Amino acid sequence: MTKEKKERFEDDVKRLQKIVDELADGKLTLGESLKKYEEGIKLSQGCSATLNEAQRKVQTLMKKEGKYSLEKFAEDSEPQE
Amino acid sequence: MPKVAPDLFSQIKGPERHIYKVREITKDIKLILENSFGEVWVEGEVSNFKSAASGHFYFSLKDESAVLAAAMFSRANKEVKFKIEDGLKMVCFGRIDVYPPRGNYQLIVEKIEPKGIGARQLAFEQLKKKLFKEGLFEQAHKKPLPAMPFKLGVVTSSQGAAVRDILQILRKGAPFIDLIIRPVRVQGEAASGEIAGAIEDFNKFGQVDALIISRGGGSIEDLWSFNEEIVARAIYNSKLPTISAVGHQINITLSDLVADVFVETPSAAAKIIVDRRNVLLADLDNYRHSLSSSILEVIYNLKHALAVLLGALISPLDRLLEKQQLIDEFSAGLNRQIRQILNITQEKLSYIIEKLEVLSPLSVLSRGYSLSTQLGTGEIIKDAVKLNEGDKIKTILDKGSFISTVREVIKDDKREKRAF
Repeated sequence: MTKEKKERFEDDVKRLQKIVDELADGKLTLGESLKKYEEGIKLSQGCSATLNEAQRKVQTLMKKEGKYSLEKFAEDSEPQE
Repeated sequence: MPKVAPDLFSQIKGPERHIYKVREITKDIKLILENSFGEVWVEGEVSNFKSAASGHFYFSLKDESAVLAAAMFSRANKEVKFKIEDGLKMVCFGRIDVYPPRGNYQLIVEKIEPKGIGARQLAFEQLKKKLFKEGLFEQAHKKPLPAMPFKLGVVTSSQGAAVRDILQILRKGAPFIDLIIRPVRVQGEAASGEIAGAIEDFNKFGQVDALIISRGGGSIEDLWSFNEEIVARAIYNSKLPTISAVGHQINITLSDLVADVFVETPSAAAKIIVDRRNVLLADLDNYRHSLSSSILEVIYNLKHALAVLLGALISPLDRLLEKQQLIDEFSAGLNRQIRQILNITQEKLSYIIEKLEVLSPLSVLSRGYSLSTQLGTGEIIKDAVKLNEGDKIKTILDKGSFISTVREVIKDDKREKRAF
C-alpha cells in the first residue's frame, strides 16, 4: 500500500516536472497549455498536500517461527515541545 | 735423523672424548634452549606466512639482521581476529621450541598482536580493505533514496536514544512518515547477527521504502557490531535503500561505508527525511510559479501575436492614406501649373484683344467716321454705283446708328473728295 503511495508520489512529481518543462517550452497551443497548466497545478497541490499530512503509524516488526507480524510500537515519551 | 712422527690427531684423540649422537645433542640443545628461555615476548616483522591445510600457521619473524622461525597452531590461532600477513609488525608471545626432525628452533606462538595499533583496529583495517577490494563500498552499487520514503524501517534498539531521536524529529518535521521498528541489540556478541538478521527481515517483509540502521553514540567497542562483516554484507545485499546512522560524529563504521547513505547520528538520519520534505515542498512551490509564469507568457505571446496581426490588418488602410496623400500632392502641383498656364494664356489674350481693338473698324468710328451697310444684305457700301434711289441703308456711328433712304446716287464724287 505504501509502495503505491511512494510510487504514486514519484510518478506525480515526474509528470509535474514534465508538464513544467513542456509549458515552459511554449510550443503548445493555448488550449493545450491551459489543460497542462490545470493538470500541473492539480498535481503540485496534491503532492504538497501529501507532504503536509500529519497522521503517522509507528509499529514494531515481530517475527515468530518465520512469520512476520506488526504490533503497535509503544512510544514512551509524549512530544516534548 | 730421528724419526719423529708428528702426532697430528693427539688432541682429538683424548681419553675423555665424548661422541654425541645427533639425536642426543639435539635433545641437549632442546633442553637447554627451552629451559633457559621459557615463555618470551618477541617483536618482529612477519614474513613467509603460510596457513597450512591443518590450520596451523607457519611464518618467520625478522628484523634487519636476524630471522626467527615461528609456528602458531590452530588451537591458538582461532582467536586471532585479524589476518596475519607478510610485512606486519607483530609482538608475539610464546616459547622457544627445538624441532629435532629439522634441527631447527622456532617460536611456538600462543598470542600475537599487532605492534602500534590494537588488534581490533587492525582487524577493522583488514576487513575494510577486503570489502573495498570486493567492491562493497562502490558508489556504483549505491541505490538512490526514494524521493520520499513514506514508510521507513528502523533497525535499532527499542530502548536507546536513537529510536527516540528519530521518532521525535520525524514527528516534528515529517509527521506523515510511517515507521516500522525492528528492535535489535546494538552491542555485544549477539548484536551483529541480530542487526544483519533484521536487515534481511525487512527485505523479506517488504512494505517499507527505505531502512535506517542506527545506534546512538558510544565507545568504539560499543559500536563494534557495525564493523562486523556480517552486518556490512547484509547492508550490501539489501534491496531496500539503506541509511546508516551509527554513533557520534567521528566514528565511521563499515556499515557507514557500505550503506547507500551515511550520516553521523540517528538525528541526522531523520533530518535527511525532513530536509527532503522541505526541499520537495519548495520545489512544488517553484513548479507552481513556473506553471503560472509559463501560462502568462503563453497568453502574453498570443496577445502580442494578435496585436501584430491587427497591425497587419490595418496596413492596407495606411497604404490607402499614403496614396491619397500622394494624390493630394500631385493635384496641388497640377493646380499650380494649370493656374500658371491660365495666367499666361490670359495675358496673351488681353494682348490680342488690344491688338484686335486697334484693328477694329469700330475704332475708326470713334474718330468721327461712319459705316453704311445695305439694310437687307448687311453688305458694307464702298461704291455708290451699287446703290439705287430708294434703297434703305443702315449707318453705324460711334455711338448708335440710324436707317435712311437713298434720295440720289452720285457716281463721281471726286470734287467732294478733293475738298477733304
